[in-house]
Amino acid sequence: MELLISLIIGLLTAVGVFLVLRGRTFPIVLGLTVLSYAVNLFIFSAGRLVIDGAAVLKSGLATPDPVPQALVLTAIVIGFAMTAFAVILAIRARADLGNDHVDGRLPEQSGDQK
Amino acid sequence: MNHLITLPIILPLLLATLQLLPIVEKSIERQRLISVVGSLCILIVSAALLISAADNKVTLYALGNWDAPFGIQLVGDRLSSLMVLLTSILLLAANLYASAGDDNQGRYFYPLMMFQAMGINGAFLTGDIFNLFVFFEILLIASYSLLIHGGGKHKTSAAVHYVFLNLVGSAIFLFALGIIYGTLGTLNMADMALRVRELNESEIQLTKIGGMMLLSVFALKAALLPLQFWLPRTYASAPGPVVALFAIMTKVGIYSIIRIQNLIFGDSAGALTDLGQDWIWVLALGTLVMATLGVISAPSVKRLAAHLVILSVGTLLVAVGFGTASSLSAALFYAVHSTLAGAAFFLIGDIIAEQRERSFDRIVAGRSLAQPMSIGILFFVAALTLIGMPPLSGFIGKFLIMKSIDSSSALVWAWPLLLIGSLAALVAFSRAGSTLFWRSNGKPDNSKASATRKFIAVGILLSAAPLMSLFAGPITEYTDATVEQLQAFEQNPSLIMAKGVQR
Repeated sequence: MELLISLIIGLLTAVGVFLVLRGRTFPIVLGLTVLSYAVNLFIFSAGRLVIDGAAVLKSGLATPDPVPQALVLTAIVIGFAMTAFAVILAIRARADLGNDHVDGRLPEQSGDQK
Repeated sequence: MNHLITLPIILPLLLATLQLLPIVEKSIERQRLISVVGSLCILIVSAALLISAADNKVTLYALGNWDAPFGIQLVGDRLSSLMVLLTSILLLAANLYASAGDDNQGRYFYPLMMFQAMGINGAFLTGDIFNLFVFFEILLIASYSLLIHGGGKHKTSAAVHYVFLNLVGSAIFLFALGIIYGTLGTLNMADMALRVRELNESEIQLTKIGGMMLLSVFALKAALLPLQFWLPRTYASAPGPVVALFAIMTKVGIYSIIRIQNLIFGDSAGALTDLGQDWIWVLALGTLVMATLGVISAPSVKRLAAHLVILSVGTLLVAVGFGTASSLSAALFYAVHSTLAGAAFFLIGDIIAEQRERSFDRIVAGRSLAQPMSIGILFFVAALTLIGMPPLSGFIGKFLIMKSIDSSSALVWAWPLLLIGSLAALVAFSRAGSTLFWRSNGKPDNSKASATRKFIAVGILLSAAPLMSLFAGPITEYTDATVEQLQAFEQNPSLIMAKGVQR
């Protein structure tokens, strides 16, 4: 299971980083979302992975660390708010600047638009 | 339990909420009154906190009455109280300045300013690293909205970079926290400092990775080379009063670096002692070079101010990276000076942009200023202190830093760069000043004269320059004692672990 989880986190991070490095705002917002999934899974696994553990407390069963779960909840809420803001900002930039490139102008092929 | 320490966080929160109520929100006059009086109250509270911290008394506050490693705690020591006071001064000046009319360009200006102050104060006061992340996000989301206050193409396109960059930064912050929690099993900074001494071989490598990621996030906030490219454009396009409060934001990053370096990765941290210290030193020197080039090539007053912020970051981190007690103490003095003077200069740039019609704050010949005399005096004082000329605070700050860097191998690198940075600032200020004030044409437009309270706001910030050199003795005593306190915490982290009140 450790291998699977780490592969998933690695894949999500790679996809996220790739998308964040794109030139247009929409892929970047998607990339940030994927990156925040990766982060959430990562924090969750920082409390060590337990199979067949108790949900909260039960004698005789391994209990998972509750702190990362609380951290993940916080991170999800914050990540959600930030993504919402990023989407609105991207729409605003598209309207204000006339295109969806992060620099506010398209490179090379449309130099006359500057 | 002493509840004073919670007020710098709760007061802005309550004031912001109050201003969102319809009865206040509908009237800009009421908002102005509440925010200026409110920031005065925050200033008084912060001063009270500083006074209590100055007796070497550390205020520990266990939120929800949970004992330290388990609950979140607030730590009010000398360092955090100083930074909170600095924030409150900036907040007061920025709100006073904005009340002359800049607040009317968009909605919710004052609530956002208050939320931002809450986030900044919280980041300074918290003793829990995840809580630090949360406060970072609070101050960031407020800053995102403040940055585009008033709207316009430039603001939007600068905000896109700033927001995306900081969102990636937040993701890296969380990765770092995940790694560190995985190895240390705690998020309380004092407890982390204790546990880092007991790591085994395999965990040390992981913690090192986590610690370096954490440092790189703080370097992004502090605008350390190569993560400083976002700053000039963002700061130059933000509205004046907003960017005056932003002047403390780079210091939040530097504060976090100082905290982490001196508490968790301090001298007792075994294999992880002084993690990343060499990097900070080298990169800070690089930042100085970049900022020097930026200062010389700045095309407008606000850009010049932004590059001067980077120059001050470089200067500060050179001292932090050198890492002796005296250099750290000098850095704290310089941090106070550079924050206040930098903020004042941004406001002066904003006044200049307001009074010249089409040429704004660009350093080109243009229409005469409506109030050349009063702006000229402020400009001159700000220039002297930012260049580091005697007798103002900039000189003392820079002198202390240069004096503290005393080993010959370090001196060879740091001294020339610091002095060339000052020279570049001198050149840039002379050019900007002579162009703005002397090479003007056309009749001044007296209808564009700025409100008196704008000058009062700048005056409050600039008055620190002579006052800090007048009271340099007590202030350096305070910063020296701050560094001693940091070292005491480093040797015995349990000094700053809060205990809840026993029932």
